[in-house]
Parts: sequence; C-alpha cells; structure tokens
Amino acid sequence: MSTRSVVPFGPHHPVLPEPLHLDLVLEDEKVVEAIPSIGFVHRGLEKLVEKKDFNEFVYVAERICGICSFMHGMSYCEAVEHIMGVEIPPRAKYLRTIWCEMSRIHSHLLWLGLLADAFGFESLFMQSWRMREKILDMFETSTGGRVIFSVNKIGGQRKDMDNSMIRSFLDIFAGMEKDLKELTGTFLNDGAVRSRLDGVGVLTEQQARDFGAVGPFLRASGVQYDMRTTGYAAYGDIDLEPITSNIGDSYARTVVRVKEIFQSIDIIRQAAAKIPEGDFAVPVKGFPKGEYMMRVEQPRGEACYYVKANGTKFLDRFRVRTPTFANIPPMLETLKGSQLADVPILILTIDPCISCTER
Amino acid sequence: MSLFSFAKTEFRNLFSKPVTRLYPQEPRIYPERTRGHIENDMNACILCGLCSRKCPTGAIRVDRKEKSWAISRFSCIQCGCCVESCPKKCLSMKQAYTQPGAEKKTDVFTKPEAESKNAS
Ligand code: SF4
Ligand code: SF4
Repeated sequence: MSTRSVVPFGPHHPVLPEPLHLDLVLEDEKVVEAIPSIGFVHRGLEKLVEKKDFNEFVYVAERICGICSFMHGMSYCEAVEHIMGVEIPPRAKYLRTIWCEMSRIHSHLLWLGLLADAFGFESLFMQSWRMREKILDMFETSTGGRVIFSVNKIGGQRKDMDNSMIRSFLDIFAGMEKDLKELTGTFLNDGAVRSRLDGVGVLTEQQARDFGAVGPFLRASGVQYDMRTTGYAAYGDIDLEPITSNIGDSYARTVVRVKEIFQSIDIIRQAAAKIPEGDFAVPVKGFPKGEYMMRVEQPRGEACYYVKANGTKFLDRFRVRTPTFANIPPMLETLKGSQLADVPILILTIDPCISCTER
Repeated sequence: MSLFSFAKTEFRNLFSKPVTRLYPQEPRIYPERTRGHIENDMNACILCGLCSRKCPTGAIRVDRKEKSWAISRFSCIQCGCCVESCPKKCLSMKQAYTQPGAEKKTDVFTKPEAESKNAS
C-alpha cells in the first residue's frame, strides 16, 4: 500500500502563465485526486457595470480576456442590441464574423504553441507563434490594435474593412495555409509529439456530457455541439459543420483545434465572398430595459453572457460564464488516474484561460 | 506517424533571415490605423470639454480658466472616443506609441495665447 502525498501545482508554474492552483493528491506518480482553487486574478469587472455607462462598458467587456477580447466585446454588444431591439446592418454582422474567426485562428495558434512549449518542443512553439504574429498584424491593420481592438459598439462596428483590405487578407491566408499545413503536420504526425498525446486523459462522451464540457474539449469526445450553428452575427448565412472526433484523448483535442483553424479560414473566405455593401453601424438612442442571455462560441467553447438592464444608462447586472469555468470539472475528471508528468499537458488541453474565468 | 517531420522547417530556418526585427535600430512601420497616442492641436481647440465627458476612463481634463487641456497618458486606453466626439476635429490619433515611463505622467497642452500671457 503506497502512501499518499499532496503536491501543489501552481499558482506559478512554468508551464502555465496563468494562476491556477491545484492540489494534486498522488499515490506514487499517479494522481488520484485534484483539488482546484481559483481566485488569484479576480478583478471585479462584472461589478463595474453598475458604475459605467452601458456604451462605455464595451471597453470593459473587451478587457475580460486578452485572447477572446473581440468576442467578449461583441457578445456584450449583441446582448444589449437584443434588449433594445436594434437590428444592426448586415455588413456589420459580416465584419463581426470575420473578426471572430480571425480571433479563433490566433487563439488556436497560441494554444498550439503553448502545447508545444508544455512538452518541451521549443522550436515548434516559436513557429506557431510566428504564424500567429501574422494574424495580429492583420488585426492591427484593420482595427488599430493587436490585442484590444475597440471596434465594437452597440449598433454596429466602429471601423469598416474595405474590400481591398479584405482581399489582401485573403491573400495572406492563402499564403499561410501552406505554412500551416506543414506546421500542423508536425503536431498531428510526429512520433515524438504523438507519444505525449495519444491516449492521454481520455474523456468519454458520457463523461463529457455529465460534467458539462464545452468547446473543442467537448467536440473531441464526439459531441456535435457548436454555438456558431445558432447563427449569431452572420453565422446563419455561413455553411459550417462542427468538427468532432470520437477518440476523446489529448490527441483528439489537438486534431479538433487544428481542423478548426482551417475551418475558420474557410469561414472567412465564405464571409468575404458574401459580405454586402452598406453601412456598418446604426445610431442607437435611448436606454435598454429588459434582460437577455447571449451564447456564443469562443475559441475555448461556449460562453454565456447575461445582461439585465433597468432603463437607465447603468445596467443592473452583467454576468459571464466563460468556457474555462465549465471545463474545469471535466478536466479534474481526466486528471484522475493520470501520471504526474502528464498533468501539464492535460491542463493545457482544455486551453485554460484563468483571467476570463475570474473576470 | 513519422519521425523528423519538423526537419524540413528547421533546415529552411537555418538559411532564411530572422522573422524578428532588430528593434529599435530598425524602426517599426505602423499600419495607418494603429492607435498609438492622442495629440491635440491647441490652436483649434475651443476647450468645450466634450472630449472629457465622452472619455470612458476620465483621462482628459479641460481647464477653461487656465486655458489648458491635459491628458493622463497612463489612463488613456486609446479607444478614440474623444477623437470621434470633438466638434472642432482638433484631436487626432497618432500611430506611434508613447514612451514607457517611470511614473504616471500627465501631458498638459495650453492655448498659445495663454502661454504668451503667462510668459509676459
Ligand atoms: S472636444 Fe475638441 S474642441 Fe472640445 S475641448 Fe476636447 S479637444 Fe477641445
Ligand atoms: S482615446 Fe479614449 S481613453 Fe484616451 S483620452 Fe480619448 S476617449 Fe479617453
């Protein structure tokens, strides 16, 4: 009978730049239980909604997270637009779709880099981030910011992308695709990489449903569930099929995310072909009154935004349920029975974002 | 499954030039839309104070008595709301970022006539 010992993981750990703390209960090298604690970077952004004008809050919502900043801002705007009954111009919807998908590509590339870093493949990490840099440059060209874009507003977008800009982006994507194939080929086929991912941290479909996993973590376990199919922004006009895998291990999660990168490029192409001419914002008058629950698919999974307005310029309540928050319980489940050396990989395969979890 | 699938990329990297830039020797060329910092053309500014009311972070302070317009560089989030709201279009978003600083500084712009009065 081996003795149990408790090894703390985090809040500062070389593999994870963000403060997540886990107490790992070990039996020899095997994890029998993981007890999480979060709350190291709580900033109280939700409370700020009572102090900021609902138009100004867009900039706060964007700052919930530095990776999905566009989607946070957009979802907040869409929720308020639903409450106020504002119909935004179709061009704005397409612009939102294009920027959303660019965010998804950049987030997934970031994640691939971090994954490579977690198993010590430094040059693969650098290659992934080199590719991501191109997306950030495109963001800077189109919005003026690399991480925080400030292009959302209630009633549409604050900046337009003209057609020549969209075309130039498509050219960049066409060039990137070849590089991406080569890069992701290493992730998917390299023997050394696969030895770290194959069969590690299997989450069965039933477990994924029971513990409420979301996003690529859920889809890698064979559940076809993607909020984009609900058709917010311009997704209703776009042809897309959720990408799934039914293996459920860390390798499957990598495959799903890699395929989603190519899917996103395809969505951007579709959107660029269909984008209508016209205005990209409508003026909004008055104050919101009512409540709405907005659900969107972020790179990490489904995020829910609850907005309650009382007819003044300050909102009553703003609540975000971020994908990482939903993914922590299934992640703890996959940790049980894993080897201590695999813990960093397992934590990374949910693509944790602690800043947005704690807001 | 394959071994050395990354070798091609590695090999190419040996003979291609670096993707990074030797900053600051090689200056960065900003895209046109980069939100760097706010400048104010004090000749045109009428000190109406609309920009400071529109600013979400309260970074701008307008003092009519002193005829000055001040911006707290470290509060400003470069959102551009002030530029959009200014009736005289004297505010502009410049591409270059501000210098990093050891303390949180406020830049004060004064109307030219107030400056000459103070000087005399
Ligand atoms: S809004 Fe324009 S004119 Fe008015 S105080 Fe600000 S900078 Fe000056
Ligand atoms: S750019 Fe935004 S934060 Fe900065 S001074 Fe103007 S309104 Fe305020």
